Amino acid sequence: MTLALVVAAAMFTGILAYALFGGADFGSGFFDLTAGGSRGGAALRTQIDHSIGPVWEANHVWLIYVLVMWWTAFPTAFAAAMNTLIIPMLLALLGIVLRGASFAFRKYAATLAQARLFGVVFAGSSLITPFFLGAVAGAIASGRVPAEGRGDLVGSWINPTSVIGGVAAVGTCAFLAGVFLTADSSRAGAQELESRLRRLTMGVGLLTGLVVLGALVPLREDAPTLAQGLQGRAAPLVVVSALAGVATLVLLYRRSYVAARVAAVLAVAAVILGWGVGQYPWMLVDELRIEEAAGASATLEALLVVVVLAGVLVLPALAYLYRLTQSEPWTHGHH
Amino acid sequence: MYGHCRRQLYGRSFLRCVQERKGFHVSLIATGLALAAQEPAGLLPAREQMALSLGWHIVLACFGVAFPAMIFVMHWLGVYRDDAVALTLAKRWGKVAAVLFAIGAVSGTVLSFEMGLLWPGLMGTFGDVIGLPFAFEGLSFFTEAIFLGIYLYGWGRIPPKRHLLMLLPMGAAGVAGTFFILSVNAWMNDPTGFRIVDGEVVDVQPWAAMLNDQVWLQFVHMWVAAFMVVGFVMASVYAVGMLRGRTDRHHRLGFIVPFAFGSAAAVAQPLVGHFLGLRVADTQPAKLAAFELATETESPSPLRIGGLLVDGQVRYNFDIPYLGSIIARNSFTKPVQGLDTIPLENQPPVNIVHIAFQGMVGIGTLLALAAVLFWFMRRRGTDLLGNRWWLRFIALAGPLAVVALELGWIATEVGRQPWVVYGVMRTSEAAGENSGLWWLLGATVLLYGAMTVGAVVVLRSMSRRWREGEEDLPSPYGPQLADAGRVES
Repeated sequence: MTLALVVAAAMFTGILAYALFGGADFGSGFFDLTAGGSRGGAALRTQIDHSIGPVWEANHVWLIYVLVMWWTAFPTAFAAAMNTLIIPMLLALLGIVLRGASFAFRKYAATLAQARLFGVVFAGSSLITPFFLGAVAGAIASGRVPAEGRGDLVGSWINPTSVIGGVAAVGTCAFLAGVFLTADSSRAGAQELESRLRRLTMGVGLLTGLVVLGALVPLREDAPTLAQGLQGRAAPLVVVSALAGVATLVLLYRRSYVAARVAAVLAVAAVILGWGVGQYPWMLVDELRIEEAAGASATLEALLVVVVLAGVLVLPALAYLYRLTQSEPWTHGHH
Repeated sequence: MYGHCRRQLYGRSFLRCVQERKGFHVSLIATGLALAAQEPAGLLPAREQMALSLGWHIVLACFGVAFPAMIFVMHWLGVYRDDAVALTLAKRWGKVAAVLFAIGAVSGTVLSFEMGLLWPGLMGTFGDVIGLPFAFEGLSFFTEAIFLGIYLYGWGRIPPKRHLLMLLPMGAAGVAGTFFILSVNAWMNDPTGFRIVDGEVVDVQPWAAMLNDQVWLQFVHMWVAAFMVVGFVMASVYAVGMLRGRTDRHHRLGFIVPFAFGSAAAVAQPLVGHFLGLRVADTQPAKLAAFELATETESPSPLRIGGLLVDGQVRYNFDIPYLGSIIARNSFTKPVQGLDTIPLENQPPVNIVHIAFQGMVGIGTLLALAAVLFWFMRRRGTDLLGNRWWLRFIALAGPLAVVALELGWIATEVGRQPWVVYGVMRTSEAAGENSGLWWLLGATVLLYGAMTVGAVVVLRSMSRRWREGEEDLPSPYGPQLADAGRVES
């Protein structure tokens, strides 16, 4: 395993973590959007505030981690992707800004009218970001980002693979959020909310699963390199994802939420890993290999120090935060 | 096409050679080449976009750096001195921090994207040279975000003394983050940790780039500035309250803690700034010449107060003999190198830099004097908080500190132009070919405008509800209020 590959793996771990944890935060926007009127949706929205409030900023930092790893370790690939994919990147960024700001504003809004406005912006923008980041992934995976010069500013992200990537991202985010929120509301003893979330999540999960598995067909035409990887090296991961997805639905049906959470994380993680393994050894598919994209080796070594420090300093703190949010005093009461 | 030869010409060794010979005439040839290349369409809007998003974020970043320390003092008073007023203030400030840190986090993310979207030439060429401090900053941001979450939601859920401790990693991470971001900026001013051979960046030493000679002074300057901004802004909030007749202990305590931090910072800042200025004379003579509006090399140099460069002539100025050499060079005779020694192509926009620099120094001096006055009078037994003129001044001091912060950044950033990496890469080489960026700038103005309005509306409503005795600020989506809202509408 080369140094560049180790750093690429560390960066991809960040992508995975962002997809899982940041994804679940964004996905809660879907449930917020479909929660209904102010009165009917109040319990669900309160639950969303409660569930993602303490963690969303920390989860968001995974994206920063990925960006800085990318431009530091693979500067040319980063510049190339930013150059061609400027439009979807900006739209994803718009979603990030609107989501974070309006979520914080809504929590402390004085009137219902203000809260409604911030709430709509929060929920809507929560869907924008995963879609466009998924589209970015699709553009890279289908070989539409040239290493030199600039690719098609529009066609690079409006194409079958990007649209599939975008829809799959929104779906998986909503699915994860649904499973987490169902578990949280069950733990808080909100039975009505729990059963409503459970039904909706099962629907979202089923649809997303169909999109992800069905995508394999158009990908053969549109993203042959990726499709080949998915059917070859990454095939076991695709199978694991499908099985874990089905298991999640069964566990949700049986109201085994703790196990369902694990299965849902596994299902989504396997999809994301499958994408990474599927497009290996390319950083920009058909254009730039990981090894070719790597910057100075002294910098890659230095980044490993950062990764180790992250493991020593950040992960235990993050684990502490998650453990607190799952503990008894944090489950009830509102602050 | 010229990119490679230009980068080669402007390489570090070339630059050193030019500087050592105390003349920039060699670079005239080089700039001739640079001018032959057209400015890319994305240059000007990218600059404005960066200025707007950085200028907006930097204020919130100050809160991320300095606010945890102030909340810590309040919270500590509450926990260890059983001070109920202090505890209430700490709780409220925590909620204010929740709002400010959220928009700080997202506006910081904007900058991460913009580094690549607006400056592909910079990140593509030097990403692996200067990315390391960004990666460390990412860790700092991570730590701050985690402990912010724990702190904000920890009230009543974590044992009080442990809860208080959660502010420490938050504050430390803010300071560390300042160091790493300033490390990048210091490197842009005084690039090191690489060589350029045949137009290629080689021999990359990320640790040397991160720990460049300039980083420590720039870091301290910004760190202290953050405490000035937050200290005076928070003090001004409570000064306004006192002007409106709310002179209770709550307001006095809310004033005095931030003001003490701001005072210490304001008094230290001129010294830090002085040492930083001395470095600029060595590393960036063009910037210093613009700071001081030194059109010619005069020995000794005067201190030029005010003044504008009009058609190559300095007008509307007031000169104090010797003081320029004393302040900028720590000497009675050493001159400030004049702009006439620097080719026009390598000069920054002089007037903007000069005005911004003097504005910053002027406000900084005023705030330092005010701080000294307050504590001196207090020692003599006079409390200026009873004086309405003082309160009015403090009400203005917060906005003034923010203005000084912005002016300082304008002075150093515009003063570095036309370089993005001083002496190595021109800003025009870093920009992309995005003519559509004007649309982006327009959209960003609207977005940031809306975000500012949103923050102001929410923060003001929080303060109003606190005054009305509502402490917990439940979400209007809470079931009870949803019912009440239904009845109203």
